[in-house]
Amino acid sequence: MIRNSKYIFIIGFLVFTLFPVFWMLKISLTPDRLLFSEGIVAWPSMITFDHYYSVLVEGSFPDYFLNSFIVSFTTAAMVTIISCLAGYALSRFNFKGKVAIMTILLVTQMFPIVMIIAPIYNVLTFINLVDSLTGLILVYTAFNLPFACFLMQSFFDGSPVELEEAAMIDGCSRLQAFEKITLPLCLPGIGATLGFVFTAAWSELLFALMFINRQSQMTFPAGIMNFVTKFSVDWGQMAAAMILALIPVCIFFAYIQKFIVQGLTAGALKG
Amino acid sequence: MSKLSEPWLYLLPTLIFIFLLVLVPLVTGISYAFYDFDLISGTKEFVGLDQFVRILSEDDIFTMSLVNTLFWTSTSLFFQFTLGLGLALILNSGFTGIKLIQPVLFVPWAVPSFLIGLMWVWMFNPVTGPLPYLFEWLGLMDSPENILSDPDHAMWGPIVANVWFGIPFFTIMLLAALRSIPNTIYEAANIDGVSGFAAFRYITLPLILPTIVITLLIRAIWIANFAEIIIVMTNGGPANSTQIVATYIYDTAYQKMDFGYASVISIALLSMLMVYGFILGRIRQKMTTYV
Repeated sequence: MIRNSKYIFIIGFLVFTLFPVFWMLKISLTPDRLLFSEGIVAWPSMITFDHYYSVLVEGSFPDYFLNSFIVSFTTAAMVTIISCLAGYALSRFNFKGKVAIMTILLVTQMFPIVMIIAPIYNVLTFINLVDSLTGLILVYTAFNLPFACFLMQSFFDGSPVELEEAAMIDGCSRLQAFEKITLPLCLPGIGATLGFVFTAAWSELLFALMFINRQSQMTFPAGIMNFVTKFSVDWGQMAAAMILALIPVCIFFAYIQKFIVQGLTAGALKG
Repeated sequence: MSKLSEPWLYLLPTLIFIFLLVLVPLVTGISYAFYDFDLISGTKEFVGLDQFVRILSEDDIFTMSLVNTLFWTSTSLFFQFTLGLGLALILNSGFTGIKLIQPVLFVPWAVPSFLIGLMWVWMFNPVTGPLPYLFEWLGLMDSPENILSDPDHAMWGPIVANVWFGIPFFTIMLLAALRSIPNTIYEAANIDGVSGFAAFRYITLPLILPTIVITLLIRAIWIANFAEIIIVMTNGGPANSTQIVATYIYDTAYQKMDFGYASVISIALLSMLMVYGFILGRIRQKMTTYV
């Protein structure tokens, strides 16, 4: 009984999640002249790959893909490493100013981004990183750090400090205890942080639109936006671009979830 | 290395990033609130607290958008959290085919928000999407109409889109927290005769509670600030029925080009979120087991 209701839930979730994507796929394959004339049908009477062709050939989408991948991957790696350190400090130490730092990290999330775009642009101009992927990576890193720090802190909070202390009593340095005991225990958290930051950077639009002008440096969402405004694009091409954008993220997630699942099977708590 | 400076060393890279690229711009953005921006001459004039008086005394749209923000945030958060937690518990219990299904369920989180908006606009439109016909069939509507053009129910459009987008966030975070609980705890509890709902209530829940509180805190703040989906789907309309504070700020800054007043509204939103953050921060502080 419980088993069956579990499957009903999962099927419900799958339908809710996939149906809009399926509908997108349908629109991307429907020839323009049939999109409005056929009305609401589950599948068009004929399909076309024209939209995919024009997205891949006429736009510079392979470039956008590469840029987005570089930006998202570098940001995810940097944020994870830096927030791992900060989260450890916030979880394992009691020090003056800790509450102040956590408050500041939280407050940074509360101010609407639209209001700080212009001032950030000035900072980037000052360090000469406007219109470059490096500048974008630095901004993404800064804006993803607060949440990643909280996340890593809560994962460190959840892993027993006693084991680490025992290892340190047995002669491990703090670094060794961290590496051998705490880090393996927190692998699921690290996997989640990586995945989270990667997708956040992958789908970010506002900063990418404002800070990047050169066609060759554009990320995927900005590229799609640019494509739309420049070629007065039709819905079919938009849907095709979106379906293409989903593919690399799905692959990355398939990889990351393995990481999350495996994290604990090492069985660090035995004995 | 002294014990006192050790945590600061670990925090240093974070602090440098936050200071240069978040805090400095933030203070600049806040300072706009004291200036009146003149579009034609491109100059700004110091007006002190004049614009703060305006928001408190004569801005009906702000009051309306505040009520809408509460509804938008609490409803989205409720469905995202309950469905996300349910899904995490099911995924954590494991079933056949989980390796194939799990990545699929996470897909919405990776879709850029303006595309989510567009996608659901098509879904709700009777010309391109199936949903109006579904609602008619279910008896929710008399005829297949676009929910986004009905001032009484338009907000449900962006909310559905937002829930679709946000469930995976809670699922991923809570699943990772659930996976961090050592199996031996459950085994020991089982020997003592504790299992099923009691195990969830007395073992699982307390151990994932820190993650629950922090994700609820941060998501509420993000949702309250999350304007993209609404801008794409309804642009605050019809008749301001989907205007939240975040879309009102965007509208004031980039449509009316009134950066000064937009900053005032931002500060108002910031202050309210700070109160909320303070309350949840206190709750979290009380719960932190390892210090």
